[in-house]
Amino acid sequence: MSEISIKTPSFNHLSAADLDLIYAPSEDTFLLIDALEKDLKEIFKLEPCICLEIGVGSGVVITALGSALGPSSLYFGTDVNEFACKKAEETAHLNGVTLKTFCCNFVDSVPDSVKGSIDVLIFNPPYVVTESDEILSSPLASAWAGGEKGREVIDKLFPSLSSILSPRGVFYLLLEKNNKPKEVSSILEQFGIFKSQAVIDNGHGKKNCRV
Amino acid sequence: MKTLLQLSNIFHDRINTIKSIRNMKLITHNMLTSNALKTVKEGYPLQIYVDEVKQVDVDFQQQFITKTVSKLNWKALLFGAKCIGHSEGLPETLPENWESNDELLKKLHHVLLEIEVITGSLECPETKRRFPISNGIPNMLLNEDEV
Repeated sequence: MSEISIKTPSFNHLSAADLDLIYAPSEDTFLLIDALEKDLKEIFKLEPCICLEIGVGSGVVITALGSALGPSSLYFGTDVNEFACKKAEETAHLNGVTLKTFCCNFVDSVPDSVKGSIDVLIFNPPYVVTESDEILSSPLASAWAGGEKGREVIDKLFPSLSSILSPRGVFYLLLEKNNKPKEVSSILEQFGIFKSQAVIDNGHGKKNCRV
Repeated sequence: MKTLLQLSNIFHDRINTIKSIRNMKLITHNMLTSNALKTVKEGYPLQIYVDEVKQVDVDFQQQFITKTVSKLNWKALLFGAKCIGHSEGLPETLPENWESNDELLKKLHHVLLEIEVITGSLECPETKRRFPISNGIPNMLLNEDEV
């Protein structure tokens, strides 16, 4: 069977000044897109209705998924950075994807009734190991500074994860080895019945967690 | 460590210089609650206050609008439509044969996708706490003492 590919969205509209304030599409961004591409057939089979990216940033990842899956799903993005929300919508729009964003922490402002119906959840978290006080220390730092083990932000999401995903939902989380991915897997198991597997592992490594 | 809200204010000046492309639609309103506020139970649906609104043309795609409506909370949709003055012709409940009702689908397409709020606010029905919509993006961030 031929592999289905995902087109990398264009993001020429992002100026150098923009990239001072939002996380520029980088190696890990494309790695996450690669992981989605690798799983695309599985994702298609889910017939997802709602796809949401936490920390949407430039919007490149969810736009890539949106252009591959088409308008049969709704696409949403959240970010604590209002400017990123705006830019992400622009990225999606320029690539023919309808993405709606709103500014909030994780998915805190999404009603419980909707939370349980997210079929594809994506998160390229702030995972870099830093001092705790670097988290949210500047606009751009909110995109990468992860505190101890690079996990201080990530770990806050886990307890609510099983109530966010739909029964068939999948969660794509990008991690690197300093985040102790194995430890993350066992934490996830504590909070639900997640089966997690690395989709791509290249030292950066990524986890794909299924309910 | 800065609070999320402080951080968000840093972005504000920057955003004001951007020409907006897309703004808040009723689809987004359907996805938002204020129940992250500590005393709030439901916080849904939020009241919409509009300062600046615009109409855009979006191609009608029946499959998309049908799928979208099936995922949305009808009461909240109707409430949102009333807030922005576009509820005329929308029934109190979604009729049984709505998927094949072209007229209704086109109306829903219009109200969900073609009406955009650029500036305004969303108000928590319980605490009356307001969340700003500026440059088309609703900002639901809370202060640390509100959580």
